[in-house]
Amino acid sequence: MCGTCGCGEGQVQIDGKHHHGDAREIVLERDIMAKNDGYATANRQRFRDGGILALNLVSSPGSGKTFLLVKTIEMLGDMACSVIEGDQQTSHDADRIRATGAPAVQINTGKGCHLDAHMVGHAVDDLAPRSGSILFIENVGNLVCPAGFDLGEAHKVVVLSVTEGEDKPLKYPDMFAAADLALINKADLLPHLDVDMDRIVANARRINPKLDLIRISARTGEGMQDWLDWIRAAQSAMRPATAAE
Amino acid sequence: MHEMSLCENIRDIIQAQAAESGFVRVNRVWLEVGPLSCVEPEALRFGFDVVMRGSVAEGAALEIATPAAKAQCLACGQVAVVQHRYDPCPDCGAVEMQVTEGDALKISKLEVV
Repeated sequence: MCGTCGCGEGQVQIDGKHHHGDAREIVLERDIMAKNDGYATANRQRFRDGGILALNLVSSPGSGKTFLLVKTIEMLGDMACSVIEGDQQTSHDADRIRATGAPAVQINTGKGCHLDAHMVGHAVDDLAPRSGSILFIENVGNLVCPAGFDLGEAHKVVVLSVTEGEDKPLKYPDMFAAADLALINKADLLPHLDVDMDRIVANARRINPKLDLIRISARTGEGMQDWLDWIRAAQSAMRPATAAE
Repeated sequence: MHEMSLCENIRDIIQAQAAESGFVRVNRVWLEVGPLSCVEPEALRFGFDVVMRGSVAEGAALEIATPAAKAQCLACGQVAVVQHRYDPCPDCGAVEMQVTEGDALKISKLEVV
């Protein structure tokens, strides 16, 4: 170690002597997410050009996302849908989606804790969603990391099951801050739980005052119509951009 | 552990900058990590040392600045420094605050040779 400045071994030496003169500062001010955001921007443009509504579904593991998606696709009927499934391992979820007749691509992230925009771009290449269709991206079950990664979606939709408790939005605020809609799922279980629905709503709004919330049960169908209406409204909101081209 | 993939982004940005600016070694890296940026600084430090091995930033010191986060109260309009997304307005006590600053995640500067 240098006795003058305390800098570590392996520093530049000139004629065998430690030398400080060449050190200089470079100001970068570079966004660390720029690479992901570049891919996300390309994905978003592609979705916009094709009139494709892309929704990024995020939640903890076990919130009921896949079952909710299966029911959603069934109820959307003739509307063209496709799905990108993200999981660390297995193709179980994509298999469940394909059973509805909707095309699905499974991304296995291995050790990865989230989908990123680059993976999604390749999945879209494989899936080739139809113009005017809806693309659901079911992210890896994880209420932390997927919040930070823009995939190019129109909206993040956070799914929270009532069994997870009222304080989840406060404990995992980033996800609720990033989402435009929260689906409070498994509402049919509320009579069996000591969970206050109003407190879930209040905690979620405290994190994100603009958040839309729908109380829903994929099992009984409660709230499903409101969710479908929300999807159709989001789709209509995209159309002016498509029509202008 | 998405901090690892963020460290890979940092390494890629530094390597590209090395090619552009012609430096061979990075002594110090300054990051700005907003307190509301979904990043845990300690996890970032851990990943940084591992990921930088074999790059121009191997062994570089890491300095992490965390500038204050700010939010605007939707009730009274006051802009205040906040620690968390759920902090109430210090002026009127309302809980609906819109974050305006504090989720940045960037490389501010490098000390290079």
